Amino acid sequence: MKKYDTQLFTLVKNERIADGIYDWTVTNDELPKLASCGQFANIKVPGRTLRRPISICDADENSLRLVFQVKGEGTRLMSEMKEGEQVEILAPLGHGFEIEKGKRYCLIGGGIGVPHMLFTAKQCENPLVITGFRNKELVILQDDFKNAGAELVLTTDDGSAGRHGFVTDVLSERLGEIDEVLACGPIPMLKAVAAVCKGKVRCQVSLEERMGCGIGACLVCACKQKPKGSEAFMSQVCRHGPVYDAEEVFFDE
Amino acid sequence: MSDLSVKICGVEFNNPLIAASGTFGFGREFAEFYPLSTLGGISCKGITLKERPGNPAPRIAETEGGILNAVGLQNPGVDHFIEYDLPWLKQQNTRIIANIAGNTQEDYCAMAEKLSDTDVDFIELNISCPNVKSGGVQFGTSCESVGAITAAVRRYCKKPLMVKLSPNVTDIAEIAKSAEFSGADVISMINTLTGMRIDINTGRPIIRNNTGGLSGPAVFPVALRMVWQVYNAVKLPIVAMGGISKWQDAVEMFMAGASALQIGTVLFNDPYAPVKINEGLSAYMDEKGIEKLSDLTGTVKPW
Repeated sequence: MKKYDTQLFTLVKNERIADGIYDWTVTNDELPKLASCGQFANIKVPGRTLRRPISICDADENSLRLVFQVKGEGTRLMSEMKEGEQVEILAPLGHGFEIEKGKRYCLIGGGIGVPHMLFTAKQCENPLVITGFRNKELVILQDDFKNAGAELVLTTDDGSAGRHGFVTDVLSERLGEIDEVLACGPIPMLKAVAAVCKGKVRCQVSLEERMGCGIGACLVCACKQKPKGSEAFMSQVCRHGPVYDAEEVFFDE
Repeated sequence: MSDLSVKICGVEFNNPLIAASGTFGFGREFAEFYPLSTLGGISCKGITLKERPGNPAPRIAETEGGILNAVGLQNPGVDHFIEYDLPWLKQQNTRIIANIAGNTQEDYCAMAEKLSDTDVDFIELNISCPNVKSGGVQFGTSCESVGAITAAVRRYCKKPLMVKLSPNVTDIAEIAKSAEFSGADVISMINTLTGMRIDINTGRPIIRNNTGGLSGPAVFPVALRMVWQVYNAVKLPIVAMGGISKWQDAVEMFMAGASALQIGTVLFNDPYAPVKINEGLSAYMDEKGIEKLSDLTGTVKPW
């Protein structure tokens, strides 16, 4: 069995769930069942040279859920695709979250990093999920996390929904209750989360980078990584990541 | 299915499609899709004498009909390639081209010497990488420097020597003549065209290296024109590349003067492109009654 492949999927749902945020469900009989949490899919967009890497929000035997934000031309074209259309998708890709039985995980998502944590939450026992958004208009997926059995905390930067403040405020208070942190979101948030965890609990972070092939051959999505016990090197976010141990990555290099 | 095989310097390729250097790594990732014998050959990621970390990210930006990249020759070094990658590659039943780049003429010569004692089928002289501070394209933009480095490497190179030309020159045909005169066996062309994109919200170039190399369908007509000019200027076989993304492009490249092709950027869009291009070429040959691809080389009838 192949680890990944590119095949046609059917777009069965394309719904706008917040300003500039779209919720796709795509179906295919072979590839969704290979997905694990923290992986991504590379979407072929008609007329564009590069595919668009989108994190896997959720997966089952024959469908993938992909929640994305319109950031440029490619994602705008994706947002305009019609239900029933065929989409070519290369999946599942990348090294995802490492989850061990018996641990209590705290999952942290910021903004468009939140969808990445849903499939992840479903693989954890009684996870604490902290989601952060800029304001109430951008809040997404709250019911999905509740239905997945997570203990859910909502924060917004301006206090317009949930608790006023940052995800790290909540994390700092609850750090004693958890064994490990899994996070996805903007780099400043990931750095702050990693700083809170440092020396106390392990933290895995999911990174984003401009990608080419998506499989580790073209070397464009570089991230400096220093694995324990070996030399630092320029790793590929699409292959060695997108999920890294926070202690092993250099966020600014 | 027509006979898609081509012969360059006496070396037979199963089909004319060679993965272009830098888009295919050392092949392992693409072997997940299909046997690498699906390709006629692989031009491996550019290697240097010592390991190189490459440039900081972002290293890629999309453009209309193409991409810019500035990887900066990240690679594990020639010794690592020979020890870890080449033995596996040689089992894949496809031709292996080692693409070498250096900071100095001595670097190129030392690598050519080392690789001459291995199983690589060709050595491709990369004197056209636009994304490194020293070396690369500085050797490839004047007839004198191309002639000097080709002649120097020729003395150490016991393999067929392919010289990869930069399009960032005034007259590529003159450069090709210089390579031919100095001992090249094959011309491969074109490397990327230097380009730039700016993020209008930050005012910063999208690529951390500020500039990058443009490839993809947008460069195809430029590459085609240059292949045609070089075909009319030298007797050497040409391995043509630059934006080939469908079988019709492949036919055009042969008509312009190609003896084989390299494909790169299209693989990011469709990893199965080689399969589709070969199928299309084969059907075209059947329809037109073309027995072998070499019969198509240089058949354009200019006005």
